[in-house]
Amino acid sequence: MAECHPVAFQWVVQAKQRGATVLHVDPRFTRTSALASAHVPTRAGGDIVFLGALINYVLAGGHEFREYVTAYTNAADMLPADFVDAEDGDGLFSGYDQETRTYDNATWQPTGERDLTLSHPRCVFQVLKRHFARYTPELVDEVCGIAPADFERIASTLVACSGREKTTAWVYAVGWTQHSTGVQHIRTASILQTLLGNMGRPGGGIMALRGHANIQGATDIPTLFHLLGGYLPMPAAGESMEAYLRRIPDTGFWGNKRAYLVSMLKAWFGDAASAANDYCFGYLPRITGDHGTYRTTLDMIDGKVKGYFLLGENPAVGSAGGRLQRLALANLDWLVVKDLAMIESATFWQKGPEIESGELVTERIGTEVFFLPAAAHVEKDGSFTNTQRLLQWHEKALDPPGDARSDLSFIYHLGRKIRAKLASSSDPRDRPVLDLTWDYPVEGEQEEPSAVAVLAEINGHAADGSPLSAFTQLAGDGSTSCGSWIHAGVFAGGVNQSARRKPDAEQSWVALEWGWAWPANRRILYNRASADPQGRPWSEAKAYIWWDADAGEWTGHDVPDIEKTKPPSFRPQPGARAQAALSGADAFIMQADGKAALFVPSGLADGPLPVHFEPAESPLRNRVYGQDTSPVSVQYRDRLPVRAQVAGHAATYPYVVTTYRLTEHHTAGSMSRTLGRLAELQPELFCEVSPGLAAERGLANGGWATIITARAAIEARVLVTRRNRPLRIPGEGVIHQVGLPYHWGSEGIVTGDSVNDLLPVVLDPNVYIQESKVATCDIRPGRRPRGPARLELVRQYREQAGLGAEWEPQQGDAGPDAEPAAGPDAEPDAEPAAGPDAGPAQTGHPAAPGGTEHHDQ
Amino acid sequence: MERPGWLVNWPVYRQLTGADRLGRGFAVRSPHTEHAAPRTEAAARVVSSVCPYCAVGCGQKVYVGMVGGREAVTQIEGDPDSPVSRGRLCPKGAASKQLVTHSGRQDKVLYRRPFAASWESLDLATAMDMIADRVLATRAATWEESVDGKRVARTLGFASLGGATLDNEENYLINKLWTALGAIQIENQARI
Amino acid sequence: MTSNSLYGPLEDVSGDAGYVAGHPERVGFFTDTSVCIGCKACEVACKEWNGLPDPDADLLKLTGMSYDNTAELGSNAWRHVAFIEQAVPQVSVLSRDGAGQLIISASAGDTDDSGQATRWLMASDVCKHCTHAGCLDVCPTGALVRTEFGTVIVQPDVCNGCAYCVSACPFGVIDRREDDGRAWKCTMCYDRLRGGLEPACAKACPTDSIQFGRLDELRVTAQARLAELHEAGITQARLYGADPEDGIGGAGAFFLLLDEPQVYGLPPDPVVTTRDLPAMWRWAGLAAGALAAGVAVAFAGRRA
Repeated sequence: MAECHPVAFQWVVQAKQRGATVLHVDPRFTRTSALASAHVPTRAGGDIVFLGALINYVLAGGHEFREYVTAYTNAADMLPADFVDAEDGDGLFSGYDQETRTYDNATWQPTGERDLTLSHPRCVFQVLKRHFARYTPELVDEVCGIAPADFERIASTLVACSGREKTTAWVYAVGWTQHSTGVQHIRTASILQTLLGNMGRPGGGIMALRGHANIQGATDIPTLFHLLGGYLPMPAAGESMEAYLRRIPDTGFWGNKRAYLVSMLKAWFGDAASAANDYCFGYLPRITGDHGTYRTTLDMIDGKVKGYFLLGENPAVGSAGGRLQRLALANLDWLVVKDLAMIESATFWQKGPEIESGELVTERIGTEVFFLPAAAHVEKDGSFTNTQRLLQWHEKALDPPGDARSDLSFIYHLGRKIRAKLASSSDPRDRPVLDLTWDYPVEGEQEEPSAVAVLAEINGHAADGSPLSAFTQLAGDGSTSCGSWIHAGVFAGGVNQSARRKPDAEQSWVALEWGWAWPANRRILYNRASADPQGRPWSEAKAYIWWDADAGEWTGHDVPDIEKTKPPSFRPQPGARAQAALSGADAFIMQADGKAALFVPSGLADGPLPVHFEPAESPLRNRVYGQDTSPVSVQYRDRLPVRAQVAGHAATYPYVVTTYRLTEHHTAGSMSRTLGRLAELQPELFCEVSPGLAAERGLANGGWATIITARAAIEARVLVTRRNRPLRIPGEGVIHQVGLPYHWGSEGIVTGDSVNDLLPVVLDPNVYIQESKVATCDIRPGRRPRGPARLELVRQYREQAGLGAEWEPQQGDAGPDAEPAAGPDAEPDAEPAAGPDAGPAQTGHPAAPGGTEHHDQ
Repeated sequence: MERPGWLVNWPVYRQLTGADRLGRGFAVRSPHTEHAAPRTEAAARVVSSVCPYCAVGCGQKVYVGMVGGREAVTQIEGDPDSPVSRGRLCPKGAASKQLVTHSGRQDKVLYRRPFAASWESLDLATAMDMIADRVLATRAATWEESVDGKRVARTLGFASLGGATLDNEENYLINKLWTALGAIQIENQARI
Repeated sequence: MTSNSLYGPLEDVSGDAGYVAGHPERVGFFTDTSVCIGCKACEVACKEWNGLPDPDADLLKLTGMSYDNTAELGSNAWRHVAFIEQAVPQVSVLSRDGAGQLIISASAGDTDDSGQATRWLMASDVCKHCTHAGCLDVCPTGALVRTEFGTVIVQPDVCNGCAYCVSACPFGVIDRREDDGRAWKCTMCYDRLRGGLEPACAKACPTDSIQFGRLDELRVTAQARLAELHEAGITQARLYGADPEDGIGGAGAFFLLLDEPQVYGLPPDPVVTTRDLPAMWRWAGLAAGALAAGVAVAFAGRRA
């Protein structure tokens, strides 16, 4: 947190000075560790064992917040007799299909009965108890390298700091999700926090410290293949509107799904959307499974994807398996890169590592590349949503220079051009884009579209055209429009609420008048749980939201996360829908049953409860179950191979490699390696190794090392540091971990090899996020070989490890048959404009089929 | 008795006649020192902003002044009113001015034609027109009306990957346009 | 000129430099290294505000000294964050005291094979703005000057690059810039102070490790923080540069350290290089006075 979110860490420092205990559990000793009460080093990828053992400690010792758990969670739900827990299935739940590597969750569905004594063997609480019983301190020792005595102290501290009078917060950076079991890491923390009564209460919760200014916003108002605005799912192939709506729960606040969806369609398609045509629901394209960024990358290599927009993103450095990314870019027909500075994803054809190694030849890469300069944050109006769902408006200070434009301008004007080109079309497939509401006022010489007008559309309008003030006003009959239901209210009263800046000192500590948080300007989600079922604060020290019986409403420091006048005693009528189906004591109002899910019957691809599996590449066998790695993780083995599991770690790739960020840099580096101020603070890529590993491999501080995985070999300076402590694993001896910050590439003021080249593409099956925090490697002194010899080194290691040859590059022989001069522009001295003027006909890709590189054929 | 200006401003005179007998303070102040003032006082305007790096959302104040006859950002610093950050910034946030003003920033469209070894220049309007043509041609060539007999009405022919520093309003329009065109491989950093 | 103009405690450092009564209170920095997270925001905020030159990209190399690639204070680095990795005896950071509270220790760390724990110290160094500043005392051109705030700055429109100040600084802070030859160092953002703003580094500092304010108030704050740490069992904590009786008459920028000053690269007992000047001054002053008087007469005669 101190490392990557230093300004947020001020609150931790302040809390510590006021008596809080700060425990830092991390494979790496960071700037956070330096100021924590204690640093607990752990092996990367052992998270579920560590957290599971804490759950076991809580349950075995009866330390759960029983009243909270009984009232607010699904602990009392009864599971069917044919449900088989992973405990009894050696790591597999009932419903697993070996063939498809998927689960059918039919046997995971609760029966509808509840046991409020939490004692029936088939109730969730008892299943949970048995499930985590084998997650003992001894197992933590074996898997994570944390001594039992240390574990006991951590666990007892956690328990002592939770309950009525105290709360504990868990804070993670998104490296926690970058595992093949990433979603279940967060799930395990959720179970723990819910059992301890730490959710929906001040000082509690699980805080994801996200790494980019608007990465939260990019999920809420998504550019993600499986989502529409406000977490509505994308429709599936062949799905009717009614079938689509049936997928979403009828009860809880999702029960208003029709209002959310129809209002979104009205915002997009305006008058064209009517009851008669299902509000243009048919205009939406349909998904068929995984269309995530890595699948798309593979489809580029296969020639299925021809064009690519990179809008402020640099996958050649920032995504796992950099080589794969660059080979994909080299096989496109066209690529549009929009960024502030030149980035590696725009220059892969000029100076990528594959050019140096000879795998790719510039003159044989057929990709047409457009680089468009982007506007900086001070050169445009707009809102960022911070990691606490807080929308904050940034005001434009001045125009962007030269051709630089905002992405808002780019997409708006591109849309205008496309609509103009299609204006006379009678093809039904063009109706959606022609029927779009695409009329935003423009300002200034650069014709910048009004971001405020877009925000107003996201907020939505009532039938009379007035701005909505709450999502509860949305209707499913087409009378309201709203681009993202969770954002209704951000433009309440016609005022940009995200631009509010009442000084901190002039308002309450919750600061409700600074910016605007979705939904409904609520700062802590599920804050109904800060009061007991009768609506009284659990304790005076932790009072936050409570029921005021005299006034007949919920009140407190925040916006209550329940209907304001719904009394705690309210009980739903049979057959009630949406929020009316939840009682006044149901705190988790987005859940169909109003209860926090200790057990998740549906929605997860890898099981209703977390199970520990080793990372796809690990020096250890799984100590918990017979199955080593996640049975449902998404792997593209043939594309970017994962090293086969081996017993012990004295093999070809004996060390764990983990990747991370530094305070001084930003992700793939285009916003930091380009700045002298930041480049000089961390000028070179380095690897962090322990004195023990340095001695074992002959590495000298300040010298060079080469790090080799089954995918790539890179070089880095060596930083020998006692902060990197080897882990002693009973029965295994010492495990060394190599730490690598991943900010470097070939562009910018300071350059270096790209660490993400080392990583496999193995994905979490729920969200398709890559496992980038753990792989295995070897490390040796000296710089890496240059040119083709670099590939040869990787190949030798692969041979030694017994890995297949399918990775072998097809050097130089898969280029286009045509000579370079036979590209779109036959005259070598043609005017620069000749290419552009010749139009799209030229992009009937001269390199396809058989395009540039097909490394795996 | 009134002293001539040149004399009272002469350090040696001030040293001898004032309290700064060692000539280490008041007596030896230079014009640069006398005129020192924060450059933010000369700003033409100051606007409120938010740091573009991580997701903490620290408040920023952006000062715009004249530099070499042109408007430019002259300072970016923390906004003390922010309940998120209380005016503080990390090294990246503190370097935000350079992010806007550094010489490595591109401000011209560049074009690399297939198989070429170098960039060419291209004007923005032409580039936009070419890109629109490519989107439509690719979409036409790769349109899928159905898969396994089920209607999908889409194209897998082009994809989009956005950074997570794009504004909500930008993401909204990107998602809206691409989806209406039938593209579904619309992704961003959040999955990475 | 008071008796302590060159050595020993000095109550009113600006008054001693000729500023009339009513001048601003002396201000300073209190850098509490026990909450420094080594983020280097101070370094960057300083460079951005003061427009310090960017480095030559070709010269940028990893130093191999933990996370410190700035290495030292210099003409283009007016704040410098030092990183020190130490092996320290294991402290029972996770053990409980009698009241059942966890003992909080800044020396938290895990142990290596020899049972030693790791401690990572970070500290943002800066010009000390000494009560008795050697750089100021030796400057022959009046380029170095005590300000009305009690700080010491270089006046770039006066400095001729003679570099006497460089060797006079007991901390090795002041430095000549290679391109223009002039001496440069922290001004405590003199221009910002004139506008009522706090210095850029202190404003940016995320954890308030760098505190800016009236020096007398900062000394009280620092004593309280020191007592708090001592009470928590961190007996190694100490103040550095806070004592008006020390060899520089107390620093305008002082520190709370968690170890010996040498560990941070600071001299253990700095003494103003001009301490013995008063003895010499009696002679030199007479000569200088005579010369100055002669010059003044000559000028007056010409104007008349």
